Amino acid sequence: MSLVADLGIAFGRVAFVMLFVLNTAAILGWVERKQSAIMQDRIGANRASIFGIRALGLFHPLADTLKMLTKEDFRPARADKVLFSLAPFVSVVFALVAFASIPFGDTLTIGDRVIPLQAVTLNVGILYVFAMLSLGVYGVMMAGWSSGNNFALLGGQRAAALMISAEIAIGASVMGVIMIYGSLNMMDIARAQGQLLWGWLPKWGIITQPLAFILFLTAGIAATKRIPFDFPEGESEIIGYNVEYSGMKFGMFLMTDMVETTVLAGLCTALFLGGWQVPYLYAEGFHFPWGAELLLSPLAVTVLQVSAFVTKVAVMIFILMLIRWTLPRFRYDQAMKLGWLGLFPLSILNIVLTGALVLAWGAR
Amino acid sequence: MATVTFFVVAVLAVASALGLILKRNPIHGALFLVINLACVAVLYLSLGAEFLAAAQVIVYAGAIMVLFVFAIMVLIPGKEETGPDPRRAVRLLALPVGALLFVQLAMIVRPRDARVPPPPAGGSAESLGTLLFTDYLFPFELTSVLLLAAMVGVLVLARRRPS
Repeated sequence: MSLVADLGIAFGRVAFVMLFVLNTAAILGWVERKQSAIMQDRIGANRASIFGIRALGLFHPLADTLKMLTKEDFRPARADKVLFSLAPFVSVVFALVAFASIPFGDTLTIGDRVIPLQAVTLNVGILYVFAMLSLGVYGVMMAGWSSGNNFALLGGQRAAALMISAEIAIGASVMGVIMIYGSLNMMDIARAQGQLLWGWLPKWGIITQPLAFILFLTAGIAATKRIPFDFPEGESEIIGYNVEYSGMKFGMFLMTDMVETTVLAGLCTALFLGGWQVPYLYAEGFHFPWGAELLLSPLAVTVLQVSAFVTKVAVMIFILMLIRWTLPRFRYDQAMKLGWLGLFPLSILNIVLTGALVLAWGAR
Repeated sequence: MATVTFFVVAVLAVASALGLILKRNPIHGALFLVINLACVAVLYLSLGAEFLAAAQVIVYAGAIMVLFVFAIMVLIPGKEETGPDPRRAVRLLALPVGALLFVQLAMIVRPRDARVPPPPAGGSAESLGTLLFTDYLFPFELTSVLLLAAMVGVLVLARRRPS
């Protein structure tokens, strides 16, 4: 009985994260169209309908998927058979599993069971996310090389160079957060952000590490290969690594971008926006700094925390989309310069400054 | 469970190592090496060394091998890389040297299984960092100096000379 319950709980934790990421990624296609339409004073995609019900164009992702699944799955004659088929899977799998160690809530106690609300509890959770993201580069490189097309190969190399330079800056910028909260465990980091500075200011990462947040966000957007860093595969004018792909294999590369955006929003939330923390909400209820109290049941607290996490991720995605539809595209050399001569040295500077501050204040 | 994991991963590791040696195509070989490194990471994980496993994937599979594959893709192999090896005679040395290495490994591994207890500190980032900055500080700093020297050397070699 207890084994069944344990298995069920483990399955539920994984299923929640998996369904959250997949559904968010699926709906992002709609969000992207509608948000860009609103920003540009258009109506946006609204024609897909089921029995005349249009639901604000919400059926477009469904129509897209059906279209991609039923298209011809073409493979060039000169392509490397195995790698060509493997590349989209490698790309999407590592993006999907990266979310596993991001916590979406504090522990939930049912009976005598204490359930941490994250798919996998890892002591080095933050390193796990970076490991998975860094393996995602192989999908892009394999796609570019195995297509047997020199333009695709060049696109793959541009993508790989961009992702390498971005990931170095991501890793270096997060180092400051790790130093402040003193842990590699993402649950510990989220929990530590519930403390208060000077008795009223939540100790979120964006407040203790503002420079790291900007660097992380910039490098993160670069790692997702989307506008303004979309020179590996500009949709309408640049031939990219996925030029030879069609049907659902092409769709999987598209999906990778959406999943990576979700993972980036989740990471920003967990590291810089307090994770699942609601300001002044503790395990037994609200304790406001001006003395007021509002006691809540543990279940209500958990529901509030999980919805806070989901809301923060949604807001982060909204900001990412705003950036995507506002900025023009970087040239290859400009992006490289930004990565290696801008983001990376500044991240190192941030590490040195944070180290000095931690030493001086004895903060932790 | 742990034994099953070990055997599955061990078979995968040996198979990917064979693939690395036997494949003619350098890209395929490099990708087999990535699988091999990932297998080693899983073995670390099954020993409870989470930090080492993550570092193995990030540093070797995620950074060094990406650069390898990148370099191989840039220098798309022409005939000279894929044709027959001009130094065939050297291959004869492979068998005795390989046998010697195997004997050495066997001698190192054999007496350990009974004698050496698992490391008391475990594989956490804290214990590893403490060890690196106390007991192993000198080799640690020496390695970083070696890497720095290599970097400076590359910069000197790659610098554009005024001609």
